[in-house]
Formats: sequence, C-alpha cells, structure tokens
Amino acid sequence: MAAQTPAPAIIDKTAPRAPRRLVFEVMHDWITTVDHKKIGLMYIGYSLLFLLIGGFEALLIRIQLAIPNNSFVSPQAFNRLFTMHGTTMVFFVGMPILFGFGNYLVPLMIGARDMAFPRLNAFSFWISAFGGVLLYFSYLGGDGLYGAGSAPDVGWFAYAPLTARVFSPGHSTDYWTLALLLSGIGSIGTALNIVATTICMRCPGMKLNRMPLLVWLYLVTSGMVFVAVSPLTAAQIMLMLDRYAGSHFFDTQAGGSAVLWMHFFWIFGHPEVYILVLPAFAFANEIIPVFSRKAIFGYPAMVAATVGIGFISLSVWAHHMFTVGMGAYANTFFTFATMIISVPTGIKIFNWLATLWGGKIHFTVAMMFSVGFLFQFLIAGLTGIMLSASPFDWQLSSSYFVVAHFHYVLVGAILFMIFAAFYYWYPKMTGRMLSEKIGKWHFWIFLIGFHLTFDFMHIPGILGMPRRIYTYEADRGWEVLNMIVSSGAVLQTIASLLFVFNLIWSYFKGAVAGPDPWDAWTLEWSTVSPPPPYNFAVTPTVESRRPLWDLKHPDDPDSNYEM
Amino acid sequence: MTIIRVWASVVGRPFQFVLGNNSTSIFAPAGTPAHAIFGLSMLVLGIVCSIFVVVAGLLIFALLRYRFRASDSNSEQEPAQIYGSNQIELSWTVIPVLIVVVLFLATTRVIFSTEKAGKSKQKIDVMVIGHQYWWEYRYPKLGIVTANELHVPVSDSSNPTPTYLTMSSADTDHSFWIPRLAGKMDLIPNKTNVMWIDPEQAGLYLGQCAQYCGTQHAKMLLRVYADTPTEFAAWVARQQKVAVEDPSATAGEAVFQHNACISCHTVSGTVATGRFGPDLTHLASRDTIASGAVPNTRENIRAFVDNPAHFKPGVLMPPMHLSDHDLDLVTAYLTSLK
Repeated sequence: MAAQTPAPAIIDKTAPRAPRRLVFEVMHDWITTVDHKKIGLMYIGYSLLFLLIGGFEALLIRIQLAIPNNSFVSPQAFNRLFTMHGTTMVFFVGMPILFGFGNYLVPLMIGARDMAFPRLNAFSFWISAFGGVLLYFSYLGGDGLYGAGSAPDVGWFAYAPLTARVFSPGHSTDYWTLALLLSGIGSIGTALNIVATTICMRCPGMKLNRMPLLVWLYLVTSGMVFVAVSPLTAAQIMLMLDRYAGSHFFDTQAGGSAVLWMHFFWIFGHPEVYILVLPAFAFANEIIPVFSRKAIFGYPAMVAATVGIGFISLSVWAHHMFTVGMGAYANTFFTFATMIISVPTGIKIFNWLATLWGGKIHFTVAMMFSVGFLFQFLIAGLTGIMLSASPFDWQLSSSYFVVAHFHYVLVGAILFMIFAAFYYWYPKMTGRMLSEKIGKWHFWIFLIGFHLTFDFMHIPGILGMPRRIYTYEADRGWEVLNMIVSSGAVLQTIASLLFVFNLIWSYFKGAVAGPDPWDAWTLEWSTVSPPPPYNFAVTPTVESRRPLWDLKHPDDPDSNYEM
Repeated sequence: MTIIRVWASVVGRPFQFVLGNNSTSIFAPAGTPAHAIFGLSMLVLGIVCSIFVVVAGLLIFALLRYRFRASDSNSEQEPAQIYGSNQIELSWTVIPVLIVVVLFLATTRVIFSTEKAGKSKQKIDVMVIGHQYWWEYRYPKLGIVTANELHVPVSDSSNPTPTYLTMSSADTDHSFWIPRLAGKMDLIPNKTNVMWIDPEQAGLYLGQCAQYCGTQHAKMLLRVYADTPTEFAAWVARQQKVAVEDPSATAGEAVFQHNACISCHTVSGTVATGRFGPDLTHLASRDTIASGAVPNTRENIRAFVDNPAHFKPGVLMPPMHLSDHDLDLVTAYLTSLK
C-alpha cells in the first residue's frame, strides 16, 4: 500500500540511500498510524497471512487423512496441526479480518472522520497481532529452543484436564493461553471502540434507524464481544493460575472440575460463532441490495432479528455439551434455546430473498459469492437444527458431521462473504478494481472445492468417524469419502492462491475504480477511492438510510418510505 | 413415540439402504436407545429437507427470474422499491416458531424416554473407566475385571437384559461411542455418567473414543461383543477364574514378575496387582490387543512388549528393553493367560 504515501518531490538518483529511507518512512508511517483505515488494512493484511498459514495446516491435515493408516505426519504433529488450525482460523483470521473491515467501514459509513479512540484502536491492533506472533513463536521453539517448547496439541477448545501440567508438560499450552489472552484484550478494546464510535460519532441526520445495517450488525457484534470474550479471558487467567500458582480450578487430579472449563469455554465459544457470522451477514446486507438494485427488505425486522440473535446466542452454549451428562432438564432447555435461534436467522434469509425478489440481479463476483453464501448458510442452518435435537447430537457430536456443519458456517457462509467483501470494497480501499475475470475462476474453483470437501464430510460422521483422529482403519467404509474430501481441499488451496494473486495483480494493473464503481448508496462511496486520511472534507448530512440514492434521485428520496 | 417409529420406518428406508450397510453407521440401529434416536433423526431430517426444498426453490426461482441482462428493456431504470411488509414478515416469523415447537416437543419426548430406561431385574452392571488410551471394564456384581473388549448379553423384548454402564475417567476426558447401540456419553474425571445399551442381535459392535484425549486418541478403539445368554454365561464363568497356571510358562511368569510389568498390570491369583495398565488375567481370551489396534497374535504381543509405540505412538507403556530370550519367555507367558 506504499502508493498512498506521497512520493518525495525530488527523486535524486545519485543519493544512494533514498530508496531505503522511503521504505523506512512507509513502515514508520504504518507502524505509528492511528488512522482507522490503515489499521483496518493492517488487520486485513495480517489475517490474510494467517489465512494462508491456517489453510496450509488444513491442507496437511487433509493429506494425512486422504488414505487410511497414513503416516504422512506423526500423531503428535497431527494433533498440533488441528490445534493450530482451529486457533488460527478463529482468533487470528476470523476475528481480525472482520474487525479489519469494521474498522475500515464503520466510521466511513456513519460519516465520521475516525474511530472514537484512535490510539486505543492502534493498541488493540498491535496487541492482537502480537498474540498471533506469540502463538506461532511456539512452533519455532521445536522442543526446547528458548524454552518455547513446541506448538500446542490440546485442541483449540483446550479441554481440561488435558491442559493441566501433568498431561501437558512444557510451555506449548502457555503460549496458547497467552496468545488468546492478548488477542482477547485487543478484541475487547476494538469492540469498545466500535460501540463508542457508533454511539457518539454519527454525522448529522444519521439517526440509529438510518444507520446502514452493516453498522447495526457491528454494534451488536461488539456488544457480544464484551459478554463472550471476557469469560474466556477470565478462564485463561484461571488456567494460568492452575498451571503456575497451585490453584485447582480445572485440575481434576486435585479435585478441580473439567466441566467448569467447558462452561467457561463455550460461554465464549458459542457466541463467538455469531461474533464471526454477524459481520458476514453485515456484508450481505450491503452487497445483496446493491446488486439487486433494491433497498433491503424489512430493515426494522433485520435489526430486531440481529438483536434477537445477539441475546439468544448467549443462552445456547451448552449445546456443545449434550454428551457431558448434564441431565434431561438442562438438555431440554438448551435444545429449545438452540432451536429458537433459527427463527431470527430464518427471518434474515427470508428478507434477503425478498430483497432479490423483483430486483435486477447483477452477477458480479461479489454477488456470486453472496449467492453462494445464501445457499450454504441455509444448509448450515438446517444441519444446525439437526444437531440441536440433543438425542441426534448424542450420535453426531464430535463426529465429522459436526466438522462439516461448522465449516459450512465458517467457510461456506463467513469466508464466502469475506471474499464477497473483498471484491466489493477493494476498489474503495485501493482505488483499483479486483479483476472480475480472475475472480470468476476463483469463485468457481473454490465453490467446487468447497462442496467436494464439506458436502462429503457429513457422511463419514454418519458412518461413525470421530473428529480429531490422525488416522483410521481401512475397514470402516470411510476411505473413499475421505479421499474425495481431501481432493476438494486441494482445489480450495488453488482457488485461494488465485485470490491472493488477484489481490496483488489488481493492485498494480486493475482498472481504476473511481469513487462509486457499483452505483451504491452508502456514505463510503461518496469519498474518493481510496479515501483521504480525514475521510470527508465536509461532514455529510443524511436524511435517509440511502444518502447517495437521495443524491442521485432527488425527485424520489428514500426518506419518504422509511418505516 | 409410535408415530415417530412409523415415520422412521417409512422415511428411514432409503437412508438405511444407502448408509446402513456399515459396521458403525448411526443409520443401522441395533438397540433401543439407537432406535429412538434414529426415529427422531428421520423426523428432523424430514422437516429440514422440506424447508430446504421450499427455501432453496424460492431462491433459485428468484435468481433465475430476476437475473439482469444488458438487453433488458429499461436497463437504466431502477426496479420498483419495496421496503417491507408487516404481514409477510409476521408470517415468516410465526410459521418457523410453530415448526420449532413441534420439533422441540418430539425431541423432549426422546430425551426423557431415553433417560428412563426400562428397569429390568436381569440388568448387567458395568463400570467403564477411560484411560489414555484404553478402556477398563469392571463387573462389580460378577467379580470380573477386563479391558478393551466389553461382553454383554443380547437383550430381546421377551427377556430384556439391558447393560447399565457407569462411566468415569482416570485421566483426561474420553467419550464412549458405539453408533449402532446408542449415542455417545463422555467419561469425565471427578464425574460419574450413566448410559445403557441393549443390543438386539448377537455379534460384534465397533466404535471408538469420540473425545480428544491426547496423542493416541485415534486408536482408542471400542469393541462390544453381544453374546447369546449361554455364550455370555460361559464367558462369565471363564473370566471369574483366576489366571490359568500353565507349567510351561513359569519362566515367562518370572520375567513378568521381576520386571516393571507388575507395577501397572494385574494377573489375578499372582503377585501382579498393578492398576495403571489393562488387566491381563485373561489376555489370551481377547481378539485384539492395544485397545483394538492389532489382532491378538503371538508376534503382535511380542512386538508390543518390545516397543509399544511401534503400534501406538504416544502410548503410555514404555519400551521394556528385554533381551530376545526374555521377550520370548514373557510372550509365551502372556499367550498362556487364557
């Protein structure tokens, strides 16, 4: 992104150190920045890096499982791979990439010049990024260098008592704990910042019921981050006390409770799914209307459904614990809470459907990914209903069916919408369009790879294949299915590399975007691309949910129709 | 309950035809809890498949019908804007709520009916204790302790003999899962869980640990043998005896007793009373060793004692560093424990 820095006025080719100083200046500029757009881009950049690492780990996992009784990696290396893959994808890809887009878009969309607390924003970014570096530093340790031990192998859920020192000697679990502690502090800081920005920094006329839905969804997400990440942070501290200060919260050998850890973890872990998926919904709420050429259907219902999801998602955590032996009454309660969350989620899908209805649907790459998201999220939701029926879950939990289900959410829904968001907002962020031609290849290869992998992954679960096993016997009827699943992973890898190539190629060679390439309606498209550091030369004033529509259609302003 | 059963027998046929021909398929139930879950599964599947057909159909229709083409008349003109409709939005809130209520009531019935198992005087009690990475089975009323291969009697409706499993863990979390007999139940240290099974056909039911428990989680395999009543009685009688003293194996017994083996393993009727590892009293009566990892042959026992990590990397038993001569002797002893 060096192009954003103004080049020196006079380039003196005889000055030998000029290029090096330029690099240093650019780095200094990025490292010290408090501009929400640069911080957003840094979030996105570092999570893309981790996406490649976490994806590579997934590829190794799938190579190991492609054939039965494989010895491509050792059991312990496999256990480290799935631990690092899960931890990376949730904490160092999902959260930061979504916070990155939020950081970039929220102030622009509400007509503000920056976040409410710019320096807190920078602090949150750097401490999160440091968490990711710390997690991967444990790999470099390679059994003892610098006392780092080696990568954690306790699973991203890190169930007690496997994390107790007696079962997890060395420091790998400590790296995991500290990495999540730091990224959790960063997440809470960013969430606080987004709430404060949304409440306090809106431009004149931007009433709460005129905010773009994206901003609403980020507001609810941020509220959930407070409630969900704080217990995780508390649990990490308790785990460290167990390991080093002689407490026994989770140390079962001394009378501690393994179930207590599960409650702490899933009180975080379940809302976390919604923390990740609500921003994906937020992107869909902006992209689907623009490429259908229609205002979103049922704005108030969408807001109400989001708030509903926010609250209900905090009371469903124990559906991860149906096999823990909580008893029939607890199972019944959590079954109901889990099933009822499908109602607000269904409202969203129906409202997107109604937005498409009667529109003029333009199949840009961003829209293609959004359509893929709609179908895949529908399937993910329906398999979620299957798992919410707790007796069915007694069979399917901890099986590959669950792995397929949540990858349908995390890849089929969230990652698809992240890709859509890139194709949609990349022109705003860089001033260049992403190549639609490469984008279509990226979409189709990824779509085929995704379905090969995760459609077929449901079946080994039904046939009794548990998750987190490094190998399996050849006599169970799982081997053909696993081979198909693994070949899909290869296709997804190819498509992801194509995407990264597109990001780089288009930055230099892409078509110049102009301020509003999609003929969209929200405030970020009223500035030049990329926006100047102060965003808006004149603070905008808005009178409806679609301020740019009002500008383009002064005869028929949106404010006449708002409910 | 009967409605769900009838529904399952109709809708479940194709699923059983495609996915039921498998030793660990959840769609090939062979016991009461698994049948109840299968019935509910078919109800849930029927409902979610109907929802999928309706919603996906509407989506596909909308995408095809309203696809924009550059040749469309008035291509510059925006389509009619519709901002919402209270009636429509109310309908797609109320209908899903009703579906959820139906699903919830059906689920609740299965939860409670599965929990209160039919009490039977002839029930078998087994304590299941999970270890890294093997299963310990104790029959307190029969005085039997064994490992990795669970024997239970077949249970038929005229003469129900369900087996009640009381479960806990000696170290980390584990989970007991025989897909054809029942759903899984976790084994958690400091917590006692219960479940029950009643296999309706004699035979071998496979499964494995379903909760990540450490390095060798993958090969913590489960084998449940459903015996006919006479087979089960014979098995009980054999297991209740102390280890058979085979005169030709006394040299191997000495090797066993003079090395660290007895710190971890029990052979009843001898000085070996260790509890950390599997009970070996009737080792030779089992089909497999190393928690189902390999068949129980002389060569495999010898190789396992020599270096357990050869079959199961991460296993807690250390290599014994015995001479070839001692290895042969101890193998002869172990294979004599009928």
